[in-house]
Amino acid sequence: MLSDITIGQFFPGDSLLHRLDPRTKIILLFFFLVAIFAVSSAASYALLAGMTFALILVSRVPLRMMLRSVKPLWWIILFTFLIHLFSTPGEELAKIWIFTVTWQGLAQGFLVCLRLVLLILLSSLLTFTTSPLKLTDAMERLLSPLRRFGVPAHELAMMMTIALRFVPTLIEETDRIMKAQQSRGADFSEGSILNRLKALVPILVPLFLSAFRRADELAMAMEARCYRGGEGRTQMKALQVTGIDYIACLFSLGLFVVLAFLR
Amino acid sequence: MSIALEHIEYLYMPKTPFERQALSDVSAIIDEGSFTAIAGHTGSGKSTLLQHLNGLLHPTRGRVLVDGVDLQPADKKMRQAVKEARHKVGMVFQYPEQQLFEETVEADVAFGPRNLGCTEQEISQRVQEALQLVHLDYDTYAKRSPFQLSGGQKRRVAIAGVLALRPKYLVLDEPTAGLDPRGREELIRTIRRLHEKQGMTIIFVSHNMDDIARLADHLLVLNQGRLVCDDVPKHAFAQEAMLREAGLRPPHVMKLMQDLCAAGLPLQEETALTMHEAMDEILAAYRRQTSKNRQRKEKGGKP
Repeated sequence: MLSDITIGQFFPGDSLLHRLDPRTKIILLFFFLVAIFAVSSAASYALLAGMTFALILVSRVPLRMMLRSVKPLWWIILFTFLIHLFSTPGEELAKIWIFTVTWQGLAQGFLVCLRLVLLILLSSLLTFTTSPLKLTDAMERLLSPLRRFGVPAHELAMMMTIALRFVPTLIEETDRIMKAQQSRGADFSEGSILNRLKALVPILVPLFLSAFRRADELAMAMEARCYRGGEGRTQMKALQVTGIDYIACLFSLGLFVVLAFLR
Repeated sequence: MSIALEHIEYLYMPKTPFERQALSDVSAIIDEGSFTAIAGHTGSGKSTLLQHLNGLLHPTRGRVLVDGVDLQPADKKMRQAVKEARHKVGMVFQYPEQQLFEETVEADVAFGPRNLGCTEQEISQRVQEALQLVHLDYDTYAKRSPFQLSGGQKRRVAIAGVLALRPKYLVLDEPTAGLDPRGREELIRTIRRLHEKQGMTIIFVSHNMDDIARLADHLLVLNQGRLVCDDVPKHAFAQEAMLREAGLRPPHVMKLMQDLCAAGLPLQEETALTMHEAMDEILAAYRRQTSKNRQRKEKGGKP
């Protein structure tokens, strides 16, 4: 039931993209996302789309899984397409009731949707090829220059790590409690909205209780191992920039230059 | 009447890289009135199997019949029958006290019957009956908060919550896990009484071979999702190689009898399961030996 949900959606593997330093991936992703919105010519979009497709091939993440990450946003994409289709002024193509479809609208709608899809694909490529642990690690390192201005980089990263760590545990727990209450005749899928909300009480109360208990135990365990924040903390597996990172950066730089010419 | 498992196969997260076969081709019959134990190493598929018994999980292949009703019928019209069949099987999960949520013991136990749509009068009758079955005094505990009780008492309340549904089959997943010795003994006595006095069919998962030896009359052993043994405990525990393969050990009493036998005590049967059986056996063997010694002495004494 709930066990089919994948959060963090990391796809274990050993491809080039998996081996890249997560910091490189985050920074390059950022620039690519900017590029997607900065360019406007068909040629540059073809280039970006081709690159995205090539990266998916390199990552060896099944195409089916990649497309599944677009699925939840399907409605938003369709909605933006329709808005652009009907609201862009220009040469009239067809008229439905009070709405006018224009050539420009069609083109604009297609472009915006392509942008959105590329955006989602590239970002999920990051989460598909980077374990949540590495991701938070990279976040901590990238934020650490901001510590000077009072940004609690380590604490933020630690919070995120812990939250990610407990997502599967809590899902499992919810699943178990739901099944237990179902065995006592509870029904979560029938009745009015009010009744369905009421049906959540027998799940939420035990879930919160156990979450608090877990938090308490974890805090105790961390203190017992002398955890006292990020000050002077070192890592067993420190992030390291290697040759492939430089190659990836150079490659991307070349791509950006080409994109700058194509606009 | 029985619960019949027919060639059950279960896949976890099919069609993803995390696909795993939890059960493969499990067939067994759990008779009404039996006291069935399910044993196996961690990850052998015990809990998955249990959840098939009341239709919380449906097999990827094969079927589960409760008193002849298929829990996942092809025909949608059977819905009512399936619902009734599912309610015949009461399910007590591991650490059931973690599912308590109401403000009073009474309200929590009443949750099940209320979901079944019982009248207020029937509900209160069922609550009293259920609390009595787990040996919690109604007047003392009904109005208390379940969160103020001890671990063993909480667990009793949770079990009462399932008993209030008046199941014919009671399924328990490691009912004594995490209890202190006294809580364990009390709970085992309660479960035994449910079987003997109420005639309830009990199906329980346990890691404790000693508990299985003294309680169960039917044992299923799972190993990596396969059923490797379906027998009476006495015969099952005699198959040492099978047990070792499944990551289990024989009960202490049985080990003691085997060791005594190896040390030269003339036991007639090495497969005693309970303390009493073992004591009788050992005493009999001891008497045999002493009387033999006496005879030999008397023979030797004669000129």
